[in-house]
Amino acid sequence: MRIVVDAIITGVLSGGIYVLMALGLTLIFGVMDIINVGQGALVILGAYLSYVLQQHLHIDLFLGLLITMPVMFGLGVALEAAFVRPIRWERTTLSILVTFAIALLIQGALSLVFSTNLVQMHAWYVDHSLRIGSFYLAWVYIFDFLLSVVLVAGLYLLLNRTKFGASLRASMQNRTAAQLIGIDVERVSAITFGIGVALAAAGGMAYGATSAFNPNSQYDLISRLLAIIILGGMGSLRGAVIAGLGMLVVEDVTSVVWSPVWASTVFYMALVVVLVVRPQGLFGRLAGRQQ
Amino acid sequence: MKALRPVLLLVLLALAVVFPLLFPNPAVDTVAVLTVLFATAVTAWNAFSGYSGYISIGHAAFFGIGSYAVAILCQDWHVPGGYLPFLLLPVAGLIAVVFAVPMGWVALRTRKHTFVILTIAMFFIMQLMAFNLRGLTNGSRGMSLPIPTHWSGAFYDLPFYYVGLALLLLALAVSWWIRNSKYGLGLLAIRDDEDRARGLGVRTGAFKLTAFVIAAFFFGMVGGLHAYFVESIFPAFAFDPLIDLMVALMAFLGGLGTLAGPVLGAVILEPAQQYFTIWFSRPGYYLMIYGALFLVIILLLPQGIIPALRARFTRSEALAGPVRHTEGGDGLAGAALAAEGDAERGGGA
Repeated sequence: MRIVVDAIITGVLSGGIYVLMALGLTLIFGVMDIINVGQGALVILGAYLSYVLQQHLHIDLFLGLLITMPVMFGLGVALEAAFVRPIRWERTTLSILVTFAIALLIQGALSLVFSTNLVQMHAWYVDHSLRIGSFYLAWVYIFDFLLSVVLVAGLYLLLNRTKFGASLRASMQNRTAAQLIGIDVERVSAITFGIGVALAAAGGMAYGATSAFNPNSQYDLISRLLAIIILGGMGSLRGAVIAGLGMLVVEDVTSVVWSPVWASTVFYMALVVVLVVRPQGLFGRLAGRQQ
Repeated sequence: MKALRPVLLLVLLALAVVFPLLFPNPAVDTVAVLTVLFATAVTAWNAFSGYSGYISIGHAAFFGIGSYAVAILCQDWHVPGGYLPFLLLPVAGLIAVVFAVPMGWVALRTRKHTFVILTIAMFFIMQLMAFNLRGLTNGSRGMSLPIPTHWSGAFYDLPFYYVGLALLLLALAVSWWIRNSKYGLGLLAIRDDEDRARGLGVRTGAFKLTAFVIAAFFFGMVGGLHAYFVESIFPAFAFDPLIDLMVALMAFLGGLGTLAGPVLGAVILEPAQQYFTIWFSRPGYYLMIYGALFLVIILLLPQGIIPALRARFTRSEALAGPVRHTEGGDGLAGAALAAEGDAERGGGA
């Protein structure tokens, strides 16, 4: 019982990291109706950026986000303008292929620069643990979770308390109608893409601080992220939060009661079962006919 | 033009048949075998994704299942190297079908976007299985297949090439039949407006699932043949996400939903890919060139070569353009009309 409770705690704490990455993905989907399959590669790129800043400029991992997040925001805006916006025909499908191609480019560039050796980040909060009863927890899990809470809260305020947030939500609800009432949907799309990629940067730092990574980790990440946003319901922010936390809890509990080997399989199985009952995911709207 | 078409097709077929005899160079023939294999896979993929509009980025799972099916059967039944393993290919295809029916049934309950990423997720589940079910698949250490020891030198590639060519012709025949049947018309109607198709009495669920499973059958056979050709398989290479990407890219380059487009895409891209792999052996370069090529093709030629050529050479461009342009209009009628238009031009090839 004891180990199950411990597993749930670590599951919730590390789930926060996946929530960050998945929010970026589902936000982009909600506004632009495209799936950014490059999110996994962008997360790894963010992790490498933080790693480089720490190794060469001795900037703390969390402080480094003040640099990497704006840089990745700019990268996101640029990627959207260069590759996503020109797609006029078969937008949904082609955008998946285009972002997959971007993922390959990033993965290739990272393997050239950093090779495919696993990278492990170090800092005092990575190497030191907090003792709770008989259970040790690295400080970084707590810091990561706090970071997630701060960023999710910030995103919530941005979406619900600002004018930009209102136009973003309007574009999510109905792109054409938003355009008709004078919202510059193209601009909203570009900024949304930037926000999604900036969240990938934060998620990447948090992910890199808790697990070793290399450029090929993007495949593992993107399959988990896709599973999370399908389970939560495409385009649902609340769904992404709940599914992200739920997935990691299920994984961590499975790995202590059964075997780490089957941890992610159990989650994927749960996903399939949910989809049999609710094809639209937990909080999604049915993708029926759009008038 | 119309009278020339059968002659042209026969000439192409004859060229394909004598190709390895004209170039008895093992390096060239290896590329030819891989090209034929990919052409088969893309044709089969197009018969589902191209016609129904449900883009699957997960059919490589069935490629992997077919690979492992042949490897495991050869091992358990002690099949010697030679012509016998080829007889296992239909079995591999059927095993892929056994997996495809439930997977397709679940995945096809979702609509386009969710479907695409669900297929990706299913692909990774199967890859994970290949790593984890060590008793069956030997885990990450991989499996080896029987080696046909008495085939040597220039002859080695020939049996693979001709079996692959036979599979390609079969896949083309199936794709041609679907495109020109009422069943295919139903798939096109689903692509244009699924709800309206259902309202008109198309049994959308069964239609989609059948095409999904047909494509999986071919992927299983291609995977099995590929495994026997490369002699050993590993989870990461049998279940390779790049295969999914290659297949989709080849179909898009040639022309999604056309009969000949997938073959054209494979004939252009597979040799190019082999060339890149040899000349830019560091994995980073190779991936970057691949990604860049991909971006260029999709941004510059999003409709594919065949539809672009057809639009140029046909006077009635309204008919030649992709059916999807009739959005908001009479989608189903548009599909029927375009299908008729294609039939007039000889099945769209």
